[in-house]
Amino acid sequence: MPDKEKKQGTNISRRNFLKGVGTGTVAATVAPSVLIGSEKAADAQAGDAVANATIQLNINGKSYQIEVEARTTLLTVLRDGIDTSGSNIDLTGAKLICDRGECGGCTVMVDGKSVYACMMLAIDAQGKQITTVEGLADGDDLHPVQEAFVQHDALMCGFCTPGFIVSSAALLNENSKPTVEEIKVGLSGNTCRCGTYPFIFDAVKTASRKS
Amino acid sequence: MASWGEASESRLIGKRVTRLSGKDKVTGKAKYTFDINEPGMLYGRILRSETPHATVMGIDLSEAEALPGVKAVIPLIEVGNKLRYQGQEIAAVAAETDDIAKDAIRLIYVDLEELPHVVTEADAMAADAPQIREDWAGNQSEPNIREDGDINAGFAEAAVDVEATYHTPVQTHVCLETHGHVAKWEDDQNLTVWASTQGVFGVRNDFAQHFELPANQVRVITEHMGGGFGSKFGPGTEGRTAVELARITGKAVKLMLTRKAEHLVAGNRPSMTQSVRAGATRDGRLIAYDMKGYGTGGISSGAGFTGPYVYHVPNSRAERVNVAVNAGNQRAMRAPGHPQGAFAMDSLMDELAEKLGMNPLEFRRINDPNEVRQAQYTLGAQEIGWHRRNSVPGSGTGVEKRGIGLGSGQWGGGGGRGTEARVTINADGTVEAVTGTQDIGTGVRTVIAMIVAEEFGLETTDVRVKVGDSQPGLPSGGSGGSQTTPSVAPVIKTAAAAAKQKLFERIAPLLEAPVGDLRVGTGTIYVVSDRTKTITWKQAAGQLGMESISEGGTWEEDLRQNGAAGTQFAEVEIDTQTGAIRVVKIVAVQDCGLAINRLTTESQINGGVIMGLGQALLEERFMDPVTGRMLNANLEDYKVPGTFEIPEIKSIVFDTHRKVTGVGEPPCIPTPGAIANAVYNAIGVRIRSLPITPDKILDALAEKA
Repeated sequence: MPDKEKKQGTNISRRNFLKGVGTGTVAATVAPSVLIGSEKAADAQAGDAVANATIQLNINGKSYQIEVEARTTLLTVLRDGIDTSGSNIDLTGAKLICDRGECGGCTVMVDGKSVYACMMLAIDAQGKQITTVEGLADGDDLHPVQEAFVQHDALMCGFCTPGFIVSSAALLNENSKPTVEEIKVGLSGNTCRCGTYPFIFDAVKTASRKS
Repeated sequence: MASWGEASESRLIGKRVTRLSGKDKVTGKAKYTFDINEPGMLYGRILRSETPHATVMGIDLSEAEALPGVKAVIPLIEVGNKLRYQGQEIAAVAAETDDIAKDAIRLIYVDLEELPHVVTEADAMAADAPQIREDWAGNQSEPNIREDGDINAGFAEAAVDVEATYHTPVQTHVCLETHGHVAKWEDDQNLTVWASTQGVFGVRNDFAQHFELPANQVRVITEHMGGGFGSKFGPGTEGRTAVELARITGKAVKLMLTRKAEHLVAGNRPSMTQSVRAGATRDGRLIAYDMKGYGTGGISSGAGFTGPYVYHVPNSRAERVNVAVNAGNQRAMRAPGHPQGAFAMDSLMDELAEKLGMNPLEFRRINDPNEVRQAQYTLGAQEIGWHRRNSVPGSGTGVEKRGIGLGSGQWGGGGGRGTEARVTINADGTVEAVTGTQDIGTGVRTVIAMIVAEEFGLETTDVRVKVGDSQPGLPSGGSGGSQTTPSVAPVIKTAAAAAKQKLFERIAPLLEAPVGDLRVGTGTIYVVSDRTKTITWKQAAGQLGMESISEGGTWEEDLRQNGAAGTQFAEVEIDTQTGAIRVVKIVAVQDCGLAINRLTTESQINGGVIMGLGQALLEERFMDPVTGRMLNANLEDYKVPGTFEIPEIKSIVFDTHRKVTGVGEPPCIPTPGAIANAVYNAIGVRIRSLPITPDKILDALAEKA
């Protein structure tokens, strides 16, 4: 039997970790309304018991009822969530890339403002209007930003593209005629590895003339 | 002889065409491996070592197995075996949700006996270093030595010489879609895997061999993939693990690497440190080159780099060794070995030119035997305004100083045999092109559609292109070496031509004309000797009745060519009080023969320049010698270029011949050298170590002062 004090990886158990740092951390990471920073919360986090809540979310104008854990992020609900009716939400446009609010791949609009869906708990999104990249087009009519991205080839592999599209649309909501410098600031929370930036700047410019 | 025809005859080829996958990608409809949601799918996760070097003494999976929602837990290393770098696989789980899988990983207990580690090249090469790779004495491979001419005679002839040491650190690929798979057994003999890969058929064959299945009973699908840059060829341990977890549980399993694991184990560009001495004659001929260098590709080999590079030097000696450290293995990264070597070579060229009192551009003109690049120098110099550079480096006044520099690169990208394709004309006039290549973001789908549409007189949107699927069994090679378009385009072209010929044979009697007299118009087929005889494409296809035409193609040498020359000019501005470096402008002049799609070719050039800029100014893997761990295995401390770093980029598709050459890799090669030389031109102090960061600038300025 291995010595359990010599554990690997993130090798202190969540319970010991929480004891070590006090409950302040717990309150910050676990929604207070569902679980309070206690031994029980730690157990729930370690999976010994899972406390779920059923919440209602408004996504792209449609209402969903979803059972979530307190820790479930909005991004997880969009991508992997299952409605209580049993159907997958399956809005996989928003991507998990950095998993910590750095790259913007998961950007969605919450009440018209761009938000990192990986940094928002699903329960905090209740009562708000959530718009994902799938909700921007009007049927077959693309949003001007989407149209301009295609026209300018402002994408290559396309994995970061949904995040850039939503951030660009949110930017134009606030500033309908941005300069290139303002576009750079507005999209500074998004990362592309293929290097599509120059054509993204062109696309946002074009979209701003149309909107 | 097969040919792409003259530019004046082309309706689509060589033009700017928006990509076919554009709409799916901007609406979120495009499905990547990461987006696959199969019914009842489980989530896989891997426990990885945080210890860089250790022997596994025990693994206890029992608590993880007992966690509700966990469906399988498997060890990935045997007790008694060694872990040799942070991130190496220990065990894996499959669970109902990703969060449960995460919890389960924390409940796996591992007993390790730690061993001494080394994670930097200097530590690995030290006399008292622990031996971390049994087959390499002193943790170094046998040297690779290349000699040409007689360096002693060369140096004897030299009027000036330069000695310098250049360094580039390990860089990671940072694919935004991490490496990953969704594996699903249809039954115990048929396997389907969605893979984020650059090589659908390579991955298929690996799985078939590993799981002892006939290759045609493994289907690998890559409809879209989120970046590879050379790191995504084989399925890796994570791919096999996903398939094994799916086999054990009887469910589909999705297993994507975490961002941290992506940095640690999914490949990297090896480092380079080279000490070089080079000499030139008074009239500016590079005459002697003597280089000794090393790099690390982690615990594996493969840390090669170019040198001498691009420029002709009659007398040279180059000695390179691989150094082993306890870190994840290197994998091919965009033009492997070239950007490192080019940075050193172009820095060296400028240092020699200065000693000769010669303009660096003139010095290159004398020593570069490539005629294409000679023409590119002229164009690039005009575009950047070469005359504006400081004739005395660092002579600008004021706090913010500007400078201009250049660098060069050379690549192959001629493609090869091995692609099979079918182009089909259906009786309703619809057209399909199918091949087993994959679109890794370069836009090969659109290129295929353009070729077929040009041949048939249709629009690209009329062509249904199917790639990224090992069914129906039309193989194509991996997308590496800038080989995709030059490998695929000739086969598609000849397949389309064969299908067109078959259609002409069917309708020639109807048009009462010999087959040789038929031509395609725009959506029509007509008789060249009597233009009144014309039918629409739809009518022509309608003659097929219940049949369809489906033709394969062959790879024709004449339709592609090896060799892509490039040069880049950079202008930078440096704040001499803060050391901040801003790239103002890059002019990239890139040859790729016939650019089938000019729009996506420009995208490729932009992308290469931006990745090169990242290497020049931002990117570096930091290893902690004490813990042996990577300190910046995330996206906030490992910096890749963002919006603020992007300069004005002038990407010039430099037309040479009308044969296809790949361009995915070459545009990232000249950038670091061009930027480094521009920095020197701005401040008159040379930074010989990438990335060129503000602290290095300030240190260098302080030393100069």
